[in-house]
Amino acid sequence: MYRQAFWEEPLLYERSKPGAVGYNPAGAGVDAERAGESWLSKIPKKLLRTELPLPELSEPEVVRHFTRLSQMNFSISTGFYPLGSCTMKYNPAVNEVAASLDQVAGTHPLQPTETTQGCLELLYNLEDCLKKLTGMAAFSLAPAAGAHGELVGCLIMRAYHRDREGRPRKKIIVPDSAHGTNPASASMAGFEVEVVKTRQDGCVDIEALRKTVDGDVAGIMLTNPSTVGLFEKDIEEVVRIFHQNDSLLYYDGANMNAIVGVVRPGDMGFDIIHLNLHKTFSTPHGGGGPGAGPVGVVEKLAPYLPPPRIVKGADGKFMVENSPKSIGPAKMFFGNFAVLVRAYAYILSMGGAGLRKAATSAVVASNYMLAKIRRVRGVSLPYDPERPRKHEFVVSLAKLRKETGLGALEVAKRMLDYGFHAPTIYFPLIVEEAFMVEPTETESKEELDKYLEAFAKVVEECYSSPEVVRSAPHNTAVGRINEAKASHPLTLTPTWRVYRRRVG
Amino acid sequence: MVGKLGVANPPYISHHSEDDIKEMLREIGVGDVLDLYRDIPEKYILKSPPDIEGPLSEQEVYEKIVSILSRNTAGLKVFVGGGVWPHYIPAAVKQIVSRSEFLTSYTPYQPEASQGMLTALFEFQSLAADLYGVDVVNSSMYDWSTAVGEAFRMAMRHTGRRKVVYAAFCGPERVRVAQTYVEPLGGTLIRTPMDSKGRVEMERLKHVVDGETAAVYIENPTYLGSIVENVEEAGEVAHDAGALYIVGCEPTSLGLLKPPGEYGADIVVGEGQPLGLPVSFGGPLLGILGCNLDRRLLHNMPGRLVGMTETLKDGKRAFTMVLRAREQDIRREKATSNICTNQALCAVAAAAYLSLLGKNGLRKLARHIFDKTAYFIDRLSRIDGVVAPLVDAPHYMEFAYRSKRVEPDRLLQVFLEKGYVAGLRLGNRFPELGDGLLTCVTEIHSIKDIEGYASVMERLA
Repeated sequence: MYRQAFWEEPLLYERSKPGAVGYNPAGAGVDAERAGESWLSKIPKKLLRTELPLPELSEPEVVRHFTRLSQMNFSISTGFYPLGSCTMKYNPAVNEVAASLDQVAGTHPLQPTETTQGCLELLYNLEDCLKKLTGMAAFSLAPAAGAHGELVGCLIMRAYHRDREGRPRKKIIVPDSAHGTNPASASMAGFEVEVVKTRQDGCVDIEALRKTVDGDVAGIMLTNPSTVGLFEKDIEEVVRIFHQNDSLLYYDGANMNAIVGVVRPGDMGFDIIHLNLHKTFSTPHGGGGPGAGPVGVVEKLAPYLPPPRIVKGADGKFMVENSPKSIGPAKMFFGNFAVLVRAYAYILSMGGAGLRKAATSAVVASNYMLAKIRRVRGVSLPYDPERPRKHEFVVSLAKLRKETGLGALEVAKRMLDYGFHAPTIYFPLIVEEAFMVEPTETESKEELDKYLEAFAKVVEECYSSPEVVRSAPHNTAVGRINEAKASHPLTLTPTWRVYRRRVG
Repeated sequence: MVGKLGVANPPYISHHSEDDIKEMLREIGVGDVLDLYRDIPEKYILKSPPDIEGPLSEQEVYEKIVSILSRNTAGLKVFVGGGVWPHYIPAAVKQIVSRSEFLTSYTPYQPEASQGMLTALFEFQSLAADLYGVDVVNSSMYDWSTAVGEAFRMAMRHTGRRKVVYAAFCGPERVRVAQTYVEPLGGTLIRTPMDSKGRVEMERLKHVVDGETAAVYIENPTYLGSIVENVEEAGEVAHDAGALYIVGCEPTSLGLLKPPGEYGADIVVGEGQPLGLPVSFGGPLLGILGCNLDRRLLHNMPGRLVGMTETLKDGKRAFTMVLRAREQDIRREKATSNICTNQALCAVAAAAYLSLLGKNGLRKLARHIFDKTAYFIDRLSRIDGVVAPLVDAPHYMEFAYRSKRVEPDRLLQVFLEKGYVAGLRLGNRFPELGDGLLTCVTEIHSIKDIEGYASVMERLA
């Protein structure tokens, strides 16, 4: 049976001992110190720091502390991580080596471009690959994450209609099955969000769309395949409805792993797309980032992309360009460069054929798991059960909840006890007791079988020994957590400083 | 395309045996992999995969990337900051963030299985909060510039006002990013002047800050490295008008300077890259955003926050994400921000860095950088024809100077020929100062490097 490490590890502050230091910087030398002394006397005392309440520890203590913490953290390296919509595939080791090369780590983004031709060429090549994989005309590699790319995409819609119609349009349409970032990004970009319903067959309601699309509608944000794992089969008609109205179609690339190398969003008629390189293109997620969310657009939208745009001159030299119509910079510099290097390394190691194989293998794995899971007692498959899912699927544990009082939450927690990361639960919101599984292509059939076996066992436990499931997890570093206390205004403790003050 | 070493099958697909695939397809009840794509209109299915390079073997991938990057100019002495700064990174920091348990985990949605990351993020929040002198710092934004953009939006939501006044020597590129962020809210950004000593001109500030002002934003040290004398007074003007006071600081400077939380800042922002992250051609970086434990302000805060709590059964200390109701996956279009994936691993690096240096190490580092800056300024100012610094104030890590005889572009060119990136051209970004170069010096630049730089300058000026 699985057992995660548990260390009763004090916090850094609690390990602190006066005088200890883990890294001791050298002084600047006598002459510099003398110069410093004289300049320092010009700073009023009240502007200088008195207290600096940082902990004091030696290097071995710091290393041991973080090593112990790492042992209390589930990861792809530790085990199967079928978290739906997150594409937790294996992160190749060579990508880490590439990202830590001196020429990556040590190159300053504001050096003259004649001295950074290598970095610029790498970005140029990556952009070229992404264009070919998506069918888009141009990419900005600047956005730091998927949601950041969405914001950029929505700002492009805003700029496009302002340019053509004198002012931006008012609304963006988002299906009820969308990731939360979609409505949040649209709203952040100044749009009203209009939600359209998903039909019984799992596709967006075309009739509702037809009624909604008017001169106020800037566009729609679609995830295709959708978050229930189904391909939007009427995509052609959806595109027609929007394009007739000069509204734009935004492709949320979170689910790109289902179709990379097989189908291209650009061919389907999408105008704007973001890709999550930390999903489809295997860059590690780092416990919540850094990721990268490049944004691709069709030709007519290319002038609105944020700077910097990298172009290749007639002499073969790479340069940086800014378009006067650009929405403006979305962040500093060239994006999360070290992440972009990893994605490029991954693309090279896969090639077009390898990426296609990754997508189809991920889809096979997902449908295989679904074929077995849907036969388990208490499990049902909402939305067009006869259609194949893509890289992920969502089943409902509503029946299980009804029969045993236990549902997606408890089953997910209990799966942790068997050494598997939990799936995404209660998302999408339109599925009751949603249980969303995304296996990816990097797990072996044996691993999938082990998961399926554990799942069947957990469901069996729900009927036969519900208490063990209700009180799960038991084998993780800690048991169930008091979330209410964590966020209660009287007990909220977001830092050591607040803790100290409260304890007194 | 098959790589020259003849690699046909990418190694990262685990169930690649044909038997496995066949068996899985049989279980599904289809004959071919592409049957699973039968609901996609056929015209969209690519007949063959897109024509991109690969698959290459691991060795070829490595060699190709090394070969591309070799087109960078190696061995330059780079005296450039401007938003990211070259620093020495203690070896233990790299070791800690290379732990694949941190590296390859997702956002800690299952706290029971993710205590490691949650504890490390709590420690980052705690260390950064102590460094900036506020109660709370969130678990990261993308970079300083987006933190500024989010801070402005936060202030606009908090006050219901739309005008932000910022001091003249704030980073112009950061202000431009913030402009992108506030434009949809109808926000306007107004630049208020600083004097020749790098102080906020108080009369002008009082004149421009009014009942429509959501926030006053100042950077200390400024983008030009100058230390601002009247930071406290500027905050008072903001507060008198019911506006928030937002202060941006480079974090190592806070080993020497009073933290913004102690001179009235309501929101603090900064760039965490100097805390253990390489410059990496500009990313990944680490946006810092914090405030005090004011309930309304905190509920307006963007981004992820980790808090201390306990286990339900045995009351053991434990950590989990808190105030989740502000976030996009719960609040959707009403969320405080759309941010989801952030820069978590960079925050772990910063936590490791700050705990290694601790109180004494950080004080020493800050003093080292201040001393080198002072030395460099003095050294250049002694050269006939050089005006250094352009702002008459003590500086930290960066300063602007000008040669009276040689144009900035020419200076940069000559320096580059000698193997130096001498600085950034100011251009017309600071009309009150005129043109010149912004130069950066940290602990990685030796006295010999500085002398080398100065001797090139001596020959030129």
